[in-house]
Amino acid sequence: MHPIFASIAIAGPETVLTLGSLAALMLGTFTGGGRALTVTSLFAVAILGLAGFTLLDAPAGPSVAFDGLYVADAFSAFLKVIILAAAAASVLLALPWLADHNAKGSSSARFEYPVLLLLATLGMAIMVSANDLLTLYVGLELAALPSYVLAAFHRGDDRSAEAGLKYFVLGALASGILLYGVTLVYGFAGSTQLDVIAGIVGGQQERSLGLLFGIVFILSGLAFKVSAVPFHMWTPDVYEGAPTPVAAFFAAAPKAAALGLMARVLVVAFPGQVAPDWQQIILFIAIASMVLGAVAAVAQTNIKRLLAYSSIANIGFALVGLAPGSPGGISALLFYICVYVAMTLGSFLVVLQLARADGSPVETMADFAGLSKTRPGLALAMAVFMFSLAGIPPLLGFWPKFAVFQAAINAGLLGLAIVGFVASVVAAFYYLRLIKIMYFDPPATALAPAANPVNGAMIAGLALFCSPIGMLALSPLAAATARAAAALFPA
Amino acid sequence: MITLSHYLAVSAALFVLGVFGIFLNRRNIIIILMSLELILLAVNINLVAFSAFLHQVHGQIFAMFVLTVAAGEAAIGLAILVIYFRNRGTVAVDQADRMRG
Repeated sequence: MHPIFASIAIAGPETVLTLGSLAALMLGTFTGGGRALTVTSLFAVAILGLAGFTLLDAPAGPSVAFDGLYVADAFSAFLKVIILAAAAASVLLALPWLADHNAKGSSSARFEYPVLLLLATLGMAIMVSANDLLTLYVGLELAALPSYVLAAFHRGDDRSAEAGLKYFVLGALASGILLYGVTLVYGFAGSTQLDVIAGIVGGQQERSLGLLFGIVFILSGLAFKVSAVPFHMWTPDVYEGAPTPVAAFFAAAPKAAALGLMARVLVVAFPGQVAPDWQQIILFIAIASMVLGAVAAVAQTNIKRLLAYSSIANIGFALVGLAPGSPGGISALLFYICVYVAMTLGSFLVVLQLARADGSPVETMADFAGLSKTRPGLALAMAVFMFSLAGIPPLLGFWPKFAVFQAAINAGLLGLAIVGFVASVVAAFYYLRLIKIMYFDPPATALAPAANPVNGAMIAGLALFCSPIGMLALSPLAAATARAAAALFPA
Repeated sequence: MITLSHYLAVSAALFVLGVFGIFLNRRNIIIILMSLELILLAVNINLVAFSAFLHQVHGQIFAMFVLTVAAGEAAIGLAILVIYFRNRGTVAVDQADRMRG
């Protein structure tokens, strides 16, 4: 068999997503009319499921494909499951929004939504399997370009167009900075393949300044993609301006992909004597993200901006797990990503499920007043997500926080753990404030009764996962994250 | 004799020009798009210079990919800009302030 076919077989999920997204575009075009939306969306979910199915019989050990450009291992498989699940949820949760716009005759109800989402998911799958700086760049751009379009998807709305424009300009700048770093690493290490770079850098007697600059530039670009602090400015604006289903998608899957990519690049390409250099940077952006995410969210009144700052703070907590650069830390990071994706998707689903009586979407926190009386089930689910995001012990959100802090303390980073602990106490203030508004304030806004049963079922499932019942998933998750983290550290 | 460091200096100058073009320009979003292209050009000069210096072909292949992606990026950027202009009737940078906080 020609090696290209063996490579295509190893890259199963990507192959399915590539062909599937092209087929989805055809399907949408030829179906036409209002039905195209539903048909294409359900087809996209089926494609995502099929891509997940190809992960089932993936070999445990790392298999390298395309002449070292691509690697499939337990680490990429774990993250791909999260990414595909989050993407499938994002396709489904957008259906009511799209159907609503279709009924109004708005030009924003287009079947391209699931197609763009599939393409972005393909980019993310490539990102977590990147074994070469070239694959890293192509995957990153393939994930980013459809995202720019998705942010501006609500074309008639000037806030959506502005969100798309801001996301595009800052995203393209971040890609440029990252790419400049890639060229420096290539020039001073002499290779673009991650494991080869590790070998060359490990053999160098003295630290090369050019290489160090390269690492700093690459980290800046990646910090933008995960919206870590010095590069977080776009996040609140894009989440507020983009349609809510798109914001839900941005908060979940791309964060998992970019954090996974960051972990792989740093751990695989720059281990050993270079590690202290990037650890300082990670330490700084972790602390800055946790503190700013906690403090800046206090003043927010818009629920989507609040969730944006919450995601910035959560990225900070996840990066605490990356700072030690140890198998235990990476395993805690993966655990954090998994639970964070569930919590944030759940919160956005609740926001999406609410609409004012006149049909306009709920945006401010004041709209949540008295939700426990008008919609007790939704209020309970939101309370579970908020308590879980705050990290209150019996809920699932506590355990990954505990795991990352433990990994930091084991690596001797006691100060980092203390800052994280204080930041999570500050952050608890605004999560608890929303619960107070829902449970103790009198109802202020008349809410529309209609609610989508599919989204309701997803909310119920995610709330159960984040509730103490989710602790049943702790030991299988711990086993999976440990296996995935071990894949990054060659024995 | 033109050495590697000459190429790197040119590329660094272009890169800095591009970054400052984005942050210092207060007038027009089209200029931002041009600055982005400038950054990618700097990257390509770096890649090709390193590729020649290391006697490898990898850098030049990488430059081809960067060129291709840059074309796609410019297309999407202009498309978003057109949508923005239809909504707002302007492409001035300091008018993009509908969201604050």
